[in-house]
Amino acid sequence: MHMADALISPAVGGAFWAASAGLIGYSCKKIKSELSDSKVPLMGVVGAFVFSAQMINFTIPGTGSSGHLGGGMILAILLGPWAGFIVMASILTVQALFFADGGILALGCNIFNMGFWTCFVMYPLVYKKIVRQHHSSQSKLFWGSMIAAVVGLQLGAFNVVLQTVLSGISELPFAGFLAAMQPIHLGIGIVEGFITAGVVAFVVKAQPQLLEITIPQADKSPVSIKLVAASLLIAAVITGGALSWFASGHPDGLEWSMFKTSGAEELDTPDNAVYDKSSGLQEMTAFLPDYGFKESEVAVAAEETAESWPAVSVGTTVSGLVGGLLTLALAFGIGFLLKFKRKIPSPAVS
Amino acid sequence: MSHHIVQTNDLHFTYPDGTIGLAGVSFRITHGESVALVGANGAGKSTLLMHLNGCLLTMRGSVQVGDLPVTKKTCAAIRRSIGMVFQDSDDQLFMPTVFEDVAFGPMNLGLSAEEVEPVVIQALERVDATHLKDRPPYKLSAGEKRRVAIAAVLAMSPDILVMDEPSSSLDPRTRRELIELLQTFKHTKIIATHDLDLALELCPRTIVLGRGRVLADGPTADIFADDDLLAQSRLEKPLSMQNCPRCKGKLSQNQR
Amino acid sequence: MSKTGSIITNVGYLDALARQDSPIHQLDPRAKLLTTLAFIVMVVSFDKYQISAMFPFAIFPIVLIVLGNLPAGYLMKRVLWVTPFAVLVGIFNPFLDRQVLLHIGSVEISGGWVSFASILMRSLLTVLAAFVLVATTGFNTICLALEKIGVPNIFVMQLLFLYRYAFVLAEESGRMVRAWQLRAPLQKAIGIQSFSILLGSLFLRTTSRAQRIYQAMCCRGFEGRLHPAKQLHWTMANTIFLTGFCLLFTVFRFTNPALLLGKLITEIFS
Repeated sequence: MHMADALISPAVGGAFWAASAGLIGYSCKKIKSELSDSKVPLMGVVGAFVFSAQMINFTIPGTGSSGHLGGGMILAILLGPWAGFIVMASILTVQALFFADGGILALGCNIFNMGFWTCFVMYPLVYKKIVRQHHSSQSKLFWGSMIAAVVGLQLGAFNVVLQTVLSGISELPFAGFLAAMQPIHLGIGIVEGFITAGVVAFVVKAQPQLLEITIPQADKSPVSIKLVAASLLIAAVITGGALSWFASGHPDGLEWSMFKTSGAEELDTPDNAVYDKSSGLQEMTAFLPDYGFKESEVAVAAEETAESWPAVSVGTTVSGLVGGLLTLALAFGIGFLLKFKRKIPSPAVS
Repeated sequence: MSHHIVQTNDLHFTYPDGTIGLAGVSFRITHGESVALVGANGAGKSTLLMHLNGCLLTMRGSVQVGDLPVTKKTCAAIRRSIGMVFQDSDDQLFMPTVFEDVAFGPMNLGLSAEEVEPVVIQALERVDATHLKDRPPYKLSAGEKRRVAIAAVLAMSPDILVMDEPSSSLDPRTRRELIELLQTFKHTKIIATHDLDLALELCPRTIVLGRGRVLADGPTADIFADDDLLAQSRLEKPLSMQNCPRCKGKLSQNQR
Repeated sequence: MSKTGSIITNVGYLDALARQDSPIHQLDPRAKLLTTLAFIVMVVSFDKYQISAMFPFAIFPIVLIVLGNLPAGYLMKRVLWVTPFAVLVGIFNPFLDRQVLLHIGSVEISGGWVSFASILMRSLLTVLAAFVLVATTGFNTICLALEKIGVPNIFVMQLLFLYRYAFVLAEESGRMVRAWQLRAPLQKAIGIQSFSILLGSLFLRTTSRAQRIYQAMCCRGFEGRLHPAKQLHWTMANTIFLTGFCLLFTVFRFTNPALLLGKLITEIFS
């Protein structure tokens, strides 16, 4: 459920970049003051651990299909929220760069979706409340990990839906997308919960002191509720800001009218102003006939749609495509010219 | 030069889970000596090595390197004079490229990026690994990794080299090259190993550890000739000292 | 573990590409990082029905691939092989947005298909840009740039360690899975319970490795900070690269040269 560059608008991407960067900066500060130097390699290697664990497929019982690990909740439990968040962020960064899982602009969204809820919300508010000490009973350990993992993933999936819909690149309606995403991630979350609980139980049994070392001052709640509330508020403001930015962003001409017309049926309250505006835009585009093909050429195509679609979109789009392909050819041409001048073979795949 | 001396006095160490690591180890190694540290698995070799550079601090008794006792305060100074080569090179080569890894120690000593370059190159030349300079560690063979790990230690110009199983996971030829390389070093050397032939070739002196104690300490050739001692400490005579099964002992019993 | 193997091979190959020497490789990583970011922001800032205006942007990855001496075929294969979430979500557009936007001859093309094509185009360009950045810069150098830009040292160290030990641990987990496979020849994939135990023991091995690494670091004088051994030099070429491309992107973004060219051509031929 990595958010992708192709689906987000710069406003949404930028807002979540800012949020994630802020959280990373704050977590780094926290770690510096709380942890000793020895945790630096520990975090790094544990990151590599989750990274390599994600590559192992396992069977999901009863389905025959296979899944793999997300790891946000495991990291929060094994390393504590601050270090867990940093490690999750680093894993996602490597994935964004090497596997194009997500993307560079969507990285902020992904860090937020997969790190924030698990480390800063589910860990302090759910896991720590259920599992007060690491030598709690097996069932507490199990339910703590399970609920935290499931709800954490649900919140993450909700974020994905929110970001997608706010960006407006995908046509998926909010409710429909949500109805698809949440149940899918419920299944994934339960599997993640089983694994989280299993790994935590194993580690607690084998080396109980490990968790007490990795989490300093285990008795104090490491994240205050106030802070969580504040972060949530900030997140809400940022998302709201992103929304308004998107809404006021004025896509020009044809596309705007297209958007409004096609979306009109779905709008609950048909807004006259919007109609006026979009028809006004259509007139405007009609005033610029030279955007399109000469009439004789597109007569066949235009006749059918002339009544219902007065906008001269056809020609514009076709010229756009022709021009686009030409520029692409031009770009390749430049590439070949440059290549011609430099004849060094690329290294072979090792 | 007195500061290349390594001395331990009645060293004791017990792990948090109750396992006894060391139970009274005493020895004195002087300048320029090469000493092999042998013993069965769990005899306390690694625990002892960790005490020499202050990664573990003694519970009873003392360790002295040069003029300094090893304590929390003197750790930094001691680690400058003792270079430690780890058993698993992957644990030691943690930086992105060979160059940066070899530079890691000197940079921590406060050298600037310009000053560090000749130091790194020199250290790599010493182990004949200059061509690996820009490679990432994961791309190296086991033998190359070992060489680079040694260069990384040499770059800090230590007086004493401490090695944990230097020949483990090396193929015979690479092992031979390593032995030849180590023979060129003038440092005081302390080598913990199961490779008794390597001990025989590199170290005139051997300390045998067993259950956290020193079982024997003396000339390597004498120790490896003592069948009772070897049996007691779960060791075996080095192959080069065993009678050749094919030619029934026609080879000389001892190379040295 | 063919999957693990191929992933590691691919990461290693991108790294090998990054160790070449070319005009692009010689550029300061900060310049490449910022330019790539500007590129991506510009590309995704287009409206959802926009396709033609994105074509000129292809010049950026193409120039970098050629000057950076990268294997175009390999990169394209990687880009296509990565079937991102974007395609999965985008494929719904043609079903949801069926308003006809364009006629080519008698074929009607709905807005959904146009916006889906736009999503594919965005995906292609942004993914390619990320790969090109890594293949001309290398992960470690990107980390160095991050550090210089002001990313906290702890986070940069974290990235470096993760990257360094991902290889080691992938091999280790690969060995564990192989050992499991050999004793469970009839099962296709590991069950959840064995998987948890496998992960748990891998975690314990990981922490003891972390401890050894820490000792190795201490033995060489580590005091909580990594000092980069490499220096960055910002030259005029970097300024030209950064401002030049950003300027170009801005022009492409706001003038749509493709459309202008297309108009010109269609008028000539009509």
